[in-house]
Amino acid sequence: MSLSTSAIDDALKSAVAAIKGARTLDELKAVKIEHVGDKSPISKLNQSLGKLEPSDRAEFGKILGQAKAEIGAGFAEQQSKLEVERDAKVLLEEVVDVTLPASNAHVGGLHPLTVIKNEVSDYFLSLGYSIAEGPELEAGWLNFDSLNIPADHPARTMQDTFFIEPLESGLVLRTHTSPVQMRTMLTQEPPIFIVSPGRTFRADELDVTHSPVFSQVEGLVVDKGITMAHLKGTLDDFAMKMFGPSAITRLRPSFFPFTEPSAEVDVWFNNRWIEWGGCGMVNPRVLETAGIDTNVYSGFAFGMGLERTLMVRQGIKDMHDIVEGDIRFSRSFGLGL
Amino acid sequence: MRAPRSWISEYVNLTPSITDEEISAALVRVGFEVEEVIVQGADLTGPLVVGEVISIVQVEGQKKPIRYVGLNCGDGQTRFVICGAENFKVGDLVVVALPGAVLPGDFSIAARETYGHTSNGMICSSKELGLGEDHSGIIVLPLDSSLPGDDAISLLQINDTIFDVAVNPDRGYALSLRGIAREVAASLNLSFTDPIESAKKITFVETGVPVEAKISDGAMVMFLRTISNFDPAANSPLWMTRRIEKCGMRAISLAVDVTNYVMMELGQPLHAFDADQVSDFLEIRLAGKSKSLKTLDGQERVLDSDDLVVADSKKVLALAGTMGGLDSEITEKTTRIAVEAVRFDQISIAKNSRRHKLSTEASRRLERGVDPSLAEFASARAAALLVELSNATYVGTSTQGKATYLPIVELDPEYVGARIGLEISSELVKEKLELVGCDVTIENGKFYVDPPSWRVELLSPADLTEEVARNIGYDKIPSILPPRKTVAELTPSQKRRRVLAQSLVARGYVEVMTFPFVNEALIARMGFVGARAESYRIANPMSEDQPLLRPHLLPGLLEAAKRNYGRGFKDFSIFEMGLIFRKSIDLKTGLFPQIGSRPDAASIKEIFESVPTQLSFICGVQVGRIASESWKGKARNYEWTDAVGEVETILRQMNLTWEIKRSDLAPWHPGRCAEFIVDGKAVAHAGELHPRVIAEFGLPARSGAWGLNLDALPVSPLVTPEPIVVMPAAVQDLALVVDSNVSSQDIQAALIEGAGELLESITLFDRYEALGDGKVSLAFTLVFRAGDRTLTAAEVSGFKESAAAVAGSKWGATIRS
Repeated sequence: MSLSTSAIDDALKSAVAAIKGARTLDELKAVKIEHVGDKSPISKLNQSLGKLEPSDRAEFGKILGQAKAEIGAGFAEQQSKLEVERDAKVLLEEVVDVTLPASNAHVGGLHPLTVIKNEVSDYFLSLGYSIAEGPELEAGWLNFDSLNIPADHPARTMQDTFFIEPLESGLVLRTHTSPVQMRTMLTQEPPIFIVSPGRTFRADELDVTHSPVFSQVEGLVVDKGITMAHLKGTLDDFAMKMFGPSAITRLRPSFFPFTEPSAEVDVWFNNRWIEWGGCGMVNPRVLETAGIDTNVYSGFAFGMGLERTLMVRQGIKDMHDIVEGDIRFSRSFGLGL
Repeated sequence: MRAPRSWISEYVNLTPSITDEEISAALVRVGFEVEEVIVQGADLTGPLVVGEVISIVQVEGQKKPIRYVGLNCGDGQTRFVICGAENFKVGDLVVVALPGAVLPGDFSIAARETYGHTSNGMICSSKELGLGEDHSGIIVLPLDSSLPGDDAISLLQINDTIFDVAVNPDRGYALSLRGIAREVAASLNLSFTDPIESAKKITFVETGVPVEAKISDGAMVMFLRTISNFDPAANSPLWMTRRIEKCGMRAISLAVDVTNYVMMELGQPLHAFDADQVSDFLEIRLAGKSKSLKTLDGQERVLDSDDLVVADSKKVLALAGTMGGLDSEITEKTTRIAVEAVRFDQISIAKNSRRHKLSTEASRRLERGVDPSLAEFASARAAALLVELSNATYVGTSTQGKATYLPIVELDPEYVGARIGLEISSELVKEKLELVGCDVTIENGKFYVDPPSWRVELLSPADLTEEVARNIGYDKIPSILPPRKTVAELTPSQKRRRVLAQSLVARGYVEVMTFPFVNEALIARMGFVGARAESYRIANPMSEDQPLLRPHLLPGLLEAAKRNYGRGFKDFSIFEMGLIFRKSIDLKTGLFPQIGSRPDAASIKEIFESVPTQLSFICGVQVGRIASESWKGKARNYEWTDAVGEVETILRQMNLTWEIKRSDLAPWHPGRCAEFIVDGKAVAHAGELHPRVIAEFGLPARSGAWGLNLDALPVSPLVTPEPIVVMPAAVQDLALVVDSNVSSQDIQAALIEGAGELLESITLFDRYEALGDGKVSLAFTLVFRAGDRTLTAAEVSGFKESAAAVAGSKWGATIRS
């Protein structure tokens, strides 16, 4: 084949036509051998370039180069087009029902009491309170006497408190988390800012709203210049955290041996007043028992039931669900987020 | 405490414009929860009239007694009604609902045919009118109370509001109309007339020798007033019985009604003894050797020697301040009465009440503390009523002891505002203290506060602060967060527990919380022995079934697993975190130092040390298959490696290192339990449960469990990671033949030792048991990497040979050909 512009043009045209005519990647592969490969017309023309006079070589070289580039570009374009077509077809065949249940891994869940304890703890941590803990089997003096609950108080009867044998030991299952407050006051100097979420025990029969084993969170602040206004501010903010921004609280005068003045705290939730907990200014007698100078320091304390808070807030109707350990119950809370 | 509005109005000018809601809110504001507001008569419309019984005909042939009764209802004709009650006779005055009347429960009265007669109305019981629970018979009115045809609605003062008020233990004075009315007046800023004032004016002429009063124990002051010529047939007036009923008690007889009435009015419990049944004197003393007493409720009570009783020279007549005895009860023959009013010791009465499980109207008041001045004035009021209402004769008064009152409290008026967090002038402090009955004198700016006789608990500036605060109103206190500059964080142990729970949940575990109560049989079923089986015993458990505190979490967890399995859940894993109560010390007599000042250091130490150690544990149980049923096919069952692996994962993620040895600890399978040792201490056990335990709890075979003593774990070290090396790794596989009783942990340790420091990781990828001769093959992949160069083949095979050599010399391992 002699090198001429028409020969180059013929080779280019037939190559482009063949490339465009390829319907499959396999056909394109054959076209490549015939029109692009070493034995293709354009390659052969290229090989004959060396035989030309040097003066013609540059000109034909340029034309040939352009033709080869055009074939190469056409080939790449067709190949990419055919690949897309093939992929579309293959992937279409691999379609699955993505709505099939994918995971059959066991579904875990935190117990909601853990969730609410974490929630309460995080809230108070953000206000600079530490989380204080103590034993559930507790000394009678710490659970009662030191908190100004005298020996003849009705709470100290067998109807209300679980006592441990032998009775002379005075040990009880703590009836509130208040002994944690006393332990803290006996071992730390003010300022004291603590909350103590934990398990507590009272000799109540298990029914839809009561359980002999339940949980409380109590808070204690002892510092210079602490007032009932600080107690109220804390409860207002805490109530909004637990029950939403529209929650409001109401303090009603009440009686607890370890606080004076004392109050019940109610929360307005779902259009009614809910009795939420008890609170007050720490009775100076209790502070004095801990060796805290009441001329310098004052404090407030509050406590509420966590089961009650949960039940009210989350519409849980039956205490049995909370205590029975049925996996469906905790599962519904997931990671509690 | 039930307080009728009509009675409150006697001491407080409650104009009709003041609504029941306002009164209720006023009580709540000053600290009295109103449990119920009963609007009596709201669902009753007349005509309701007084009828005189003029004839009674028994209707024959009925299963129950039925009477056909002729009534004079003041309209000049005889009205006939059918009535099933029998507690009335001809001549009695009764209450009749006429046709057209509507009784509570939307019960319309109309003339109707019944038992063969026309019944033209209804004779009513208290219950039918919504006045009380008494349905034992119809209401029979005192003969002198009214005339036939009178409007019974006004006669019986049916239209009234009754406030059922909860009274806290520190406010015993409010268990009376006197107390409640005072609080209503103060809260509504109205004036208050104290009913004690008229009682103080009562005078008597002594006509004889009264029964003698004696106090040997348990009382401050006693007044005993004797009357004679009492008419046992005298009726209680209607105004009195109606008030008693509105207060939720039953009218019984004049003598009893008067004592109850005065108790409701003033707050002083009184007891009326039949003076003819009293020998020589009435003495308040400890029961001592006296053995028993039959109380008014008919119960024979065995007396404790510490019981406080009222006795005469021969026998015990009453359980003091709690319940009277049957022997000296007022009867229909009683003509001489000794009315007793005592300011008893609060604690003695509380103990009486508790020992005998007997909480009465009297004991509830006396254990809270009663105004000491009332013994004199309330007994006078009761005696005067008895004399007046039965034409009796006053005999005389005998008293013992003396009323004493609380000391004066010194108060800095600034203290009050400083505690409340509100600017409060000293004038306002004084005003509010006087409002609750305190006398305030001021010297050099200091207040000297004399609490009122009826307040038995106003002892300190804090007590007075509450009085001022509640009368200003808790709603007036501002709401301010206390200043706090520091930030706080969870302790390492709290953080660890929180993350641990969350990571287990992320791995499919469900958290449960079980009661920490077990019994011996359950402990035995677990196979616990020795120290692990011993815990502490509850003296008064909820159920005799579960008297012990748990020595481990697994008994409760396995019960929970069993419950879930029984409820149809076959494949799951659960965990629990909590304290356990293994016996760590022998319990000694508890120490109870005085409060009010800090106990000495030795006492505090002794108290702290008297409390047994309670370890923080976390345990998990794995039941059934490792995943739920699925269209993808059945998952495999849990096996021992899943439980052991869980603990490995936990410890690894806490960046702790451990060793494992086999353990035969209960409740695990003795051949399939791994003990994890960290810093030389056993911290965890994991593996397959003992087949016997699995069977006991009805769980599927091969269920697993693990338990971790969180208190035994060291604090996680600060992580200092190796630099990441990017040179290529050299991988070598090495298969060894060893005796099957050599643990893979030991072989691996030997390989690590021999492989040198360029060993990056080692993984057991195959274990082949079927070699025979008690041999197994263990195949490991060893990955080597140097930080600064590509390792040569010669180097790497040298490491591998050296590793195999150590395994060979230590454990007789040979390279498998």
